[in-house]
Amino acid sequence: MPDEEGARRAEGAGAPGDPDAELLERLRAGDEDAFRALVEEHGPFLMRLVMMHVPSRAIAEEVVGDTWLAALEGLDRFEGRSMLRTWLASIALNKARTRGTREGRILPFALLRRRYEEGGGPAIDADRFQGRRGERPGWWASPPVAWEDPQSRLEADETRDVLLKAIRDLPPRQREVITLRDISGWDAEEVRNALDLSETNQRVLLHRARSKVRAALEEHLKPEPEGVAR
Amino acid sequence: MNRRKDTMLTCQEMVELVTDYLEDRMDDDTRARFEAHVTECDACTLYIEQMRMTIVALGHIPAETISPEAEGELLAAFRSWRASSA
Repeated sequence: MPDEEGARRAEGAGAPGDPDAELLERLRAGDEDAFRALVEEHGPFLMRLVMMHVPSRAIAEEVVGDTWLAALEGLDRFEGRSMLRTWLASIALNKARTRGTREGRILPFALLRRRYEEGGGPAIDADRFQGRRGERPGWWASPPVAWEDPQSRLEADETRDVLLKAIRDLPPRQREVITLRDISGWDAEEVRNALDLSETNQRVLLHRARSKVRAALEEHLKPEPEGVAR
Repeated sequence: MNRRKDTMLTCQEMVELVTDYLEDRMDDDTRARFEAHVTECDACTLYIEQMRMTIVALGHIPAETISPEAEGELLAAFRSWRASSA
C-alpha cells in the first residue's frame, strides 16, 4: 500500500533541513576535507545522472568535474533554498543536456524534441487487451505472466544492464525523472525542484518511464514459451 | 463488492492508473474502483506487483564511481579555486 504519510510529507513545506549544511559551511571556509566528503557523497549520483545523457564514462567525468567547479564558483550565490544535491543536479543536468546535444544523443530541434518527449504512448500496447467484441472489452487478452525467480535475477548484472539500457532509451525528461526517483531514491518534491516540473508532469513522466522499464524487464524475465517459435 | 459492470475499471485503464496509485495521488472514488478491480483481477495484481519489483530493482543498481584520476583533477581544481578566492 502507498505510504500516505510519506506522500503528504513530500508535498508539504519543501525540502527538509539539508544534511550537508555543516559541510557546506566548512567548504565556504576552504576546507578540503569537506570538499572531499561532498564529492564522495554526491559524486556517484551525479555520475549516474550524467551518464544517462552522454555517450561515455570519460565525458561523464568531465561533465561532473565541470559541475563541481561551477558549484564552487557559484557557492556565494547558493542560498540554501534548495538542498545542495538538488542544486548540484540542476547544474549537472544543464551541462549534460548541452553536452548530450553536442554528442548527438538528444534531438536538437525544440519541436521535434518536445514531440519525442511527449510521445509516451500507452503503458501497455492496446493489442494486449480485449477489443470491443471481446468477452470483457478492455480486460487483459494477453496478461502478464509471473517472472521467473525474480529475486536472484533482479540482482544479476545482466538484469542491471537491461534496466540501464531501458532508461537510456527513454526520452530525456523521463530518463531524468526515473533516475532521480527510483535509482537515487529522491522524493517527488525534490525531483520537481531539480527538474522544474509541475506535480502532474513529474508523475506523468515517471509513469511513462516506469511502464517502459517494466516492459523491458518483462521481455527479459518472462519464461521462454515451450516449443513456440517467437 | 456489488458494483455494476459498467462502473468497473478495465485492465487497460488500470495500467495507466498504477503510478497514481503507488504515488498516492488518487481521489477516494478512483481508489475504491482501483482496489475493487484488484480484488477481482489476478493479472492486474501481478502487474502492480511487477511494477513494485521494477522500482525495487532500480533502487538496487549499484553506485557509479569517479575514477581516481578524475578525482585527483577535481582536488587540484579545488585548490586553485581556494587560492584564487582567498
